[in-house]
Amino acid sequence: MADNPSISKAAAVRQRSLGWGLRLWVVLVAFVLVAPTLVVIPMSFGAGSTFEFPPKDWSWHWYAEFFTSKQWLAALANSVQVGVLAAALATVLGVAAALALDRMRRGRGVVRQLLMAPMILPGIVVAVAIYGVFLRWQLNGTMLGFVLAHAVLGLPFVLTSVQTSLAGYDPIMEKAAASLGAPRFTTLRKVVLPIIAPGVLSGFVFAFATSFDEVVVALFLQTPAIKTLPVKMYESIVLEIDPTIAAASSLIVVFTTILLFVPAFLRRKEQS
Amino acid sequence: MTAVATRPPATGQAGPEKRRTSWLLLPAAAVVLVFFFYPLAVILWRSFSEPSFGVGNYLAVLGDEVQIRVMLRTLRTALIITAATLVIAYPYAYAMTLVGRRARTVLTLLVLMPFWTSLMARNFAWYVLEQRGGVIEKALSAIGIDGVVLLGSVAGVTVAMVQVMLPFMVLPLQSSMLSIDRSLLHAAGSLGARRPVAFLRVYVPLSMPGVLAGVSVVFIMSLGFYITPALLGTPQQALVAQVIGTQVNDLLDFAGAGALGTILLVVTLVVLAVLSRVAAPLGTSAAGGADRG
Repeated sequence: MADNPSISKAAAVRQRSLGWGLRLWVVLVAFVLVAPTLVVIPMSFGAGSTFEFPPKDWSWHWYAEFFTSKQWLAALANSVQVGVLAAALATVLGVAAALALDRMRRGRGVVRQLLMAPMILPGIVVAVAIYGVFLRWQLNGTMLGFVLAHAVLGLPFVLTSVQTSLAGYDPIMEKAAASLGAPRFTTLRKVVLPIIAPGVLSGFVFAFATSFDEVVVALFLQTPAIKTLPVKMYESIVLEIDPTIAAASSLIVVFTTILLFVPAFLRRKEQS
Repeated sequence: MTAVATRPPATGQAGPEKRRTSWLLLPAAAVVLVFFFYPLAVILWRSFSEPSFGVGNYLAVLGDEVQIRVMLRTLRTALIITAATLVIAYPYAYAMTLVGRRARTVLTLLVLMPFWTSLMARNFAWYVLEQRGGVIEKALSAIGIDGVVLLGSVAGVTVAMVQVMLPFMVLPLQSSMLSIDRSLLHAAGSLGARRPVAFLRVYVPLSMPGVLAGVSVVFIMSLGFYITPALLGTPQQALVAQVIGTQVNDLLDFAGAGALGTILLVVTLVVLAVLSRVAAPLGTSAAGGADRG
């Protein structure tokens, strides 16, 4: 407790303590935010073959099902592969764009808006549009198609994250490096990138999570030969009542919760 | 690249520096143009050119009573979701600005958790909660309200979407509220305003930029949301996104879907323009006030 938050800060905290009404509201909202998602975890240990909550009997059956099913594992592998490739592409494009935007004087707002557009426009319109063109280009149902579509959707997250890092970065460092004789690329590699590295990594993680979770575009691009995990999950509700989705959901919830703490942890490191 | 070593004498000049780095934008711009804006342009073009040139697809949508009803239902649902999200999120975001740093981190992570946990997992969870014999039906019948099955109704879609959209409301609200100078409340108090009055007349207007940002994001996303209505809703009570999806999936009618999608975009933009027009005086005066404070 005796670490850096100063005494005045502690006093301020005490001063502004919440009233009971507000406190109750916060607890209720926190419950609404988190509880519905957690439903999937007890369900994944159910023994029944319907979507039954809470389950009457318990088993590991659906986990065994998940890890032995060719279809579920293939969907998982596709999602991981698409996610890593799309996030890598989005990160390279996003870092470059963020560096350029940071130095732009005019037109920065417009260019940024254009690159952010994939995050803002209605998902269904984007999905249908991409599907239409990818059908013609024979990109639907291909790894390349998924990667390109998901990279575009992940780009805004990389851009935001890297720009946030760059905001706290002093360009005088580059001049210092240059005055010491460092060529521009060396400066980028040894000065700029290490400073914005946490932002780049968070951007990558966000882009991966976006791709891993993306389902609207993937629903249209999928073919029986290649589908991602969210698509398989969607089908397991709509086409067949397959409780394996509970196990898949639980694994994702646990996994993404861990991922969520990575940027938070990096940011803390960056601050200290 | 090697010529750069001679750059230091030209310090502080924006011009040459800009020319040197703006090419870094090209790859991202190219990818977004080719794989995002081009497809949008194509579907827009098709909506005006297939099966024949003209606004036939648009007239078909606007002349179809069912389509109009779908559109109105979508607008109404999005408005309800936006209003409910705002009412639920505002006190939560406000509380986030009052607590200490550690508690704020916890409250932030609580908001981010659903934000990043799988959308499919959450929709599945809502499917389970809302189904016949599910937790919600049982809980309601325990307090004497029998036979409420939310699954397959607009109400069910609304409830689930409010939860899905909450983080998109909380985060902008909170970031706007963090910049509000609380000493203005004390000033209002010292001038004789009671606390609720001071809150309503000083704090709420100052938080309008955040309200506007949150309302815009949630409203736009609600209008175009596909997965939740497709999973938890019903074709009889379809929302626009569902209809667009069906047109493409079942009929491969890109022109019709494009027309409907374009109308959806236009309606979104019009509502947003009205919204910002209404809130602009509040927002700008609030920003001005905050600057002075």
